[in-house]
Amino acid sequence: MPPVILRVKEAPTGVPLEAESISPDLFADRSREEIEALPVALGNESHRLGDFFQVEGERSDQIEVDGSIPRVKWVGSGMTRGRVVIHGDVGMHAGSYMRGGEILIEGNAADFLGVEMEAGLIRVRGNAGHRAGAAYRGSKFGMRGGIILIEGDVGHEVGAYMRRGLVVIKGNAEDFLGARMAAGTICLFGRAGLRTGGGMQKGMIVCMHPVELLPTFAYDCIYAPIFLRILFKGLKRLGVQPTPQQANGLYRRYHGDLAEIGKGEILIPA
Amino acid sequence: MGRSLKIVGGEVYDPANGVNGAVREICVQDGKIVESCTGAAEIIEARNLVVMPGGVDIHTHIASPAVNAARGFRPEDHRHGLMSKRPGIRSGVGFTVPSTFATGYLYTKMGYTTVMEAANAPIGVRHTHEELIDIPILDKGIYVLMGNNEFILKYLKAGEMEKVKRYVAWLIRSLKGYGIKLVNPGGVEQWKYGKDVESLDDKVYYFDVTPRQILKALSWANESLGLPHPIHLHANRLGIPNNYLTTLETMHALDGSRLHMAHIQFHSYGGENWGGFCSKAVEIAEYINAHPNVTTDIGQVVFGDATTITADGPWQYRLYKLSKNKWYNQDIEVETGCGIVPYVYREKNYVNAIQWAIGLELFLLIRDPWRVFLSTDHPNGGPFIFYPWIIKLLMDKTFRAEMLKRVHKRVLSDTTLPKLDREYTLSEIAIISRAGPARALGLQHKGHLGIGADADIAIYPKDDDREQMFEHPVCVIKDGETVLQEGEIVGSRDGKTLFVIPPEVGEMDPEFKTEFENYYTIEYENFPIDVEDIPNPEAIPAGAAR
Ligand SMILES: [Zn+2]
Repeated sequence: MPPVILRVKEAPTGVPLEAESISPDLFADRSREEIEALPVALGNESHRLGDFFQVEGERSDQIEVDGSIPRVKWVGSGMTRGRVVIHGDVGMHAGSYMRGGEILIEGNAADFLGVEMEAGLIRVRGNAGHRAGAAYRGSKFGMRGGIILIEGDVGHEVGAYMRRGLVVIKGNAEDFLGARMAAGTICLFGRAGLRTGGGMQKGMIVCMHPVELLPTFAYDCIYAPIFLRILFKGLKRLGVQPTPQQANGLYRRYHGDLAEIGKGEILIPA
Repeated sequence: MGRSLKIVGGEVYDPANGVNGAVREICVQDGKIVESCTGAAEIIEARNLVVMPGGVDIHTHIASPAVNAARGFRPEDHRHGLMSKRPGIRSGVGFTVPSTFATGYLYTKMGYTTVMEAANAPIGVRHTHEELIDIPILDKGIYVLMGNNEFILKYLKAGEMEKVKRYVAWLIRSLKGYGIKLVNPGGVEQWKYGKDVESLDDKVYYFDVTPRQILKALSWANESLGLPHPIHLHANRLGIPNNYLTTLETMHALDGSRLHMAHIQFHSYGGENWGGFCSKAVEIAEYINAHPNVTTDIGQVVFGDATTITADGPWQYRLYKLSKNKWYNQDIEVETGCGIVPYVYREKNYVNAIQWAIGLELFLLIRDPWRVFLSTDHPNGGPFIFYPWIIKLLMDKTFRAEMLKRVHKRVLSDTTLPKLDREYTLSEIAIISRAGPARALGLQHKGHLGIGADADIAIYPKDDDREQMFEHPVCVIKDGETVLQEGEIVGSRDGKTLFVIPPEVGEMDPEFKTEFENYYTIEYENFPIDVEDIPNPEAIPAGAAR
């Protein structure tokens, strides 16, 4: 099935464009004209997708955005199938509430990437902003499943309130990584900011570099977690190659946050 | 001259005037029901439709600093239920704590026209009025929280009953309030020291007065001021297993005086602990059946998302511990407290399922519909938008049986609900959702369609699915103007603010003024709310002392 290609005609620079219409579910059964007619919002004005993008192809759940769209929000939000490739940057809320399929962002992703997603895969070649894989403000749980793989750095509160699923960050993270996590796994290859895992209940954060832990995390032991070997085997298929030291080495295990129920784990190479 | 209209051919349910489904013509002129219109009148064809007075909600939480805090505390609630603006209609959001405009439209869409905001700390009442003014279409009133007010506790400690009465009158008059609300009397004050009261005779820290004394004093003040509504009581020990004993004792303590027991479902629990949690609806209903001085609203639990908002700080702490949800706690110094915890009622959770069953048991076991009113204690038991669903449960035992199959099986063994086959009639629904609450509130021009009543009218389609019927009125008229037609708001207008003017019982003494200025963040002179600050005020005079 040839993909639908969206070429940026007129990229919004001031007011961002809200384009949850850019979703394989909506493109799959629509003709080119129908895709062009899908609604997008610029502030409080309603427009057509065709006003901002030149559409090539039709009736496909494969979408390619040819260019950078850092001011276009909600791309792939709630999608359940297919694939979206963005040859550049993407705006906020990309892949939020996603329930299946794949999003590949070749540039950077803005804040709220994959927030409250339930399944599927999001890959970012560049950096991602704050709250990737986290919860929207007020929600009890963040990401509930699926995988987010970020090759660059991330902002604050990534994976906060996570309920299930996997976030892999090859670069560095800022503060509050995995804050108030309820379950799920975060694997950070770079350096962490402050208060990693603050308020976490359960779940696991693997940090490949030493971390300044909160005093409410307690040291348990040094061991070689079998779980990590299985995880890394899976990551290889996604092109993430841990060093043999990381894959087979020993880890120091801490549990916390003891200000909560304290069943979370933080693993740091010994 | 205002609009004249005649509603012709409809089956009228006006229980306050003994009309039970007879086809009657209703004439409206200048916003009131009249004998006949003087000039040409617009005809509203209501053949095959049901005509009722507009709904009256005696207990709901739709505006106040606490409700507003809940809105801010639950942004996730406002990501749903989006309502767009249309010409003449404002936008809105929210499900359990909708925004102000949305609240007005959502009540109107069920045929409700009058609602009572049930809990307000005195210092926050100015805010509440501002919000109520923004809520379109509906007429509204405010109950003022007094059960843990430190001035009242102090006067009680000193045995100065006249001062209690004078202070109560001053509060109601200054705040343009409608009635006296008590929430966990004594317990909220005790919570400021990390405790609660365990019984009616526990002494409140420092003041050495008991919940029993507070109840009796405020009931006495209420009756001797001749306020139209009895004291509106959220009793002690809400939500706790075995609290039915406290509930019975509370009603007994006020035997012989008028009393409104709020959301009694939350006060009808048995069992020594959560494991033994069970229904005591039979005992509570029996007492209410035998005591005509008591009215009650149910506080029916609805499955799904709720936001609990109450002045009952100690209970909210317990609920936070039970639910592990986020928790908001506030000390409103001198006056009361406040707690907010989001909650989800689940069909398969035995406590929630039994709570649901207890509400329905009470509705079905309390025989006099004039003394039991429809409420979910919105949004504590669930949002008010589910009233039509509750009506269906009450009117349709087959639907009840279907629900019984879905909920936790302990409802079958541990409650009387499966054995109750009473079905409410349309007339009884008209009583519990409009005529009864209006009467209990002393609102003589509400809840009925007699001559001189406000022309607040709801016209429903006849539908065997009672939920559909009450969810989709064909037409709603407020003060003689059509506000809803075919399910859409067509004419938003401002509602009135109902308040009571208590009798003159003397000025507050200078000592009180000094104390007030010592404790309050606002000047004594700035505390009262001018009637000029309320765009559509309607004063309800107090009656004779009882
Ligand atoms: Zn209430």
